[in-house]
Amino acid sequence: MRLAPKEIQTFRDDFTYTNSAEAIRRFPFPFPEDEYRYSVNIEPHEPKDGEGSVYENLLDIDEHYLSEMHERSLVLKEMPHRCLAMDHMELASWDMIERCMTSMAEDYPEYFSLTKEGEHWTWENKLLGIKDDFIFADSDSLPMPPLEYIGRQVQGDFALLDQRDGDLFMDAGIITCPADWSLAFDAGMSFSQWHGPVPMAHKEGIFDRALKYLTAIPVGKPVRRLNWTLTVNARMDTAPENYHEWGHERTSVTPENVGEKVYLRVELQVIDRMPRSNALMFSIRTYLMSLEDIVTNPQWAQRLHRVMKTLPPALIDYKGLSRYHSTVVDYLAHFDQTN
Amino acid sequence: MSADQILVEVTSVVDVSPSIREFTLSPVNAEFYPFSPGSHVVVEMPAAKKTIKNAYSLLSDPLDTAVYKIAVRLQEQSRGGSVYMHQQVTPGDQLKISPPANLFAPQWQAKKHILIAGGVGITPFMSYLPELERRLADYELHYLYRSDFTGAYRKELAEQLGERFFDYDSSQSQRCDLAQIMSDRTVGTHFYICGPEVLIDSVKAQAEAFGIPASVIHYEEFAAPAPGEPFEVELKKTGQVVSVSSDESMLEALEAANVDIPNLCRGGVCGQCVCQVADGDIEHRDNFLSESEKQAGTAVMPCVSRAKSDRLVLDI
Repeated sequence: MRLAPKEIQTFRDDFTYTNSAEAIRRFPFPFPEDEYRYSVNIEPHEPKDGEGSVYENLLDIDEHYLSEMHERSLVLKEMPHRCLAMDHMELASWDMIERCMTSMAEDYPEYFSLTKEGEHWTWENKLLGIKDDFIFADSDSLPMPPLEYIGRQVQGDFALLDQRDGDLFMDAGIITCPADWSLAFDAGMSFSQWHGPVPMAHKEGIFDRALKYLTAIPVGKPVRRLNWTLTVNARMDTAPENYHEWGHERTSVTPENVGEKVYLRVELQVIDRMPRSNALMFSIRTYLMSLEDIVTNPQWAQRLHRVMKTLPPALIDYKGLSRYHSTVVDYLAHFDQTN
Repeated sequence: MSADQILVEVTSVVDVSPSIREFTLSPVNAEFYPFSPGSHVVVEMPAAKKTIKNAYSLLSDPLDTAVYKIAVRLQEQSRGGSVYMHQQVTPGDQLKISPPANLFAPQWQAKKHILIAGGVGITPFMSYLPELERRLADYELHYLYRSDFTGAYRKELAEQLGERFFDYDSSQSQRCDLAQIMSDRTVGTHFYICGPEVLIDSVKAQAEAFGIPASVIHYEEFAAPAPGEPFEVELKKTGQVVSVSSDESMLEALEAANVDIPNLCRGGVCGQCVCQVADGDIEHRDNFLSESEKQAGTAVMPCVSRAKSDRLVLDI
């Protein structure tokens, strides 16, 4: 990791969250072309863009690590049901422990270490001051349930999808920074059920193709895609459960504050087959970048303007942007003079 | 060798019945993955004239990453795969296999698991049993075989499973009464069948008669692609013509001609290799396409299906 974790910043109340110049440089800008188009845009999760890129490792740990882990503990304290694992997902949770601990210790040895003596494992997380001995696959040997234990130490949200009858079911997850969806609501749903609200894509057969692709992902061949939306303020937790805390903020965007108040919210989604349980680990790593920071890159500013301008109304509505979409377009137009 | 493949050494070959031979595979370069119960690997066999690829269930304990084990039944109507494994492969040989994939995993939310195996169809259940035991799951194994000929592992199973084990030796005229096995089961019971098509069909028919929902019936047919009449495949986009001989599958012939087609099970169930058909009559042999899709005649699964006409034109 080229970025040392910063001191804890906030994603609520006084919103002290900021991006360093290096964090801006490595931001996964999600638009490959000027016009917005629907696509599944899945590719193998292999390293690209060199050292320090968000695609360098299976799990990206960056300067916001301490802040995000702190935010996660705040959410779980208020709402413990944001982490759940149905009984039959216990082995999948252990699969996730192995995958995360192994890759974190390998990719960030200065911060994490894992030693194994048969089933007796020792895990050290120097950033959070954690050191635990436990017995692999014995949930009683951990201080808390296995999914919560590892989920509190990895940036991003995680869902564990059970695969049966050629379909995927959302039967476990730790979801504390969702873009307006709820694990408690989606729990137990099938792939097409939890994608029910997404407009347009059903008609184009995108979900059928995506499901077929996902159910065939083999062990050791993770894939990734980027997803995006806009968020008002640097708020990680935009769950329906606390809509009362953030929903009204959509009316607070003005031409004067749009650059600092509106954030492009990008999810790097990685989908990885778990070997013991055959479950899929679906990780959703969220990056927040204010429009002010985005426009420091002239190409991004120009492209984002064109994408926003051509966004279909059904998507503007679905992503909850109706209130301030035109303010965003007007702001970005200043950075796209040729248009 | 593609990056997906794993190089293995055959470290032991044992006859577990006169028709079934068990192979122990050990990793050569890297460690094996753990796998989930019901997983299979695709074994690549460099036979004299062509490379044969067959999928075989892993029958070892899924948590044991030291070795993988598979068992191969010598097929009467072999396209060469089972003959190759039985006659050519000896300890010390190296083979290439795919990483484990799973199309037949246990349904862990089930309240009870009824496993029904026909002959060499016992193999995927061999990897279920250790995990069912670890989870203290409620299960029964019903094993149909013909005496020593196909009754591999039955003595060990009887010993280990005790009251959970039910066996039916057709040479002793012991019939398996599916109606009895399937009647009066509590809600939440799932049925798993691995064996010949006729066994699977009987269970499906019995389920229908009892009003048992299809969602609790799971099966994996134990069949490599059967041989058939030779034909030609034409690729519409390039005009390339590939001959398919009687003892190779369309998929194998295309692969030999360097036409890459995504695939996973090579047995007509996963749907990965489906191709659009521009012209020609198809002999459908898969379990993936629906009846209406088969009748439309515009899609084919080249891993198992063949042509009725002399030539099939694929829209690729």
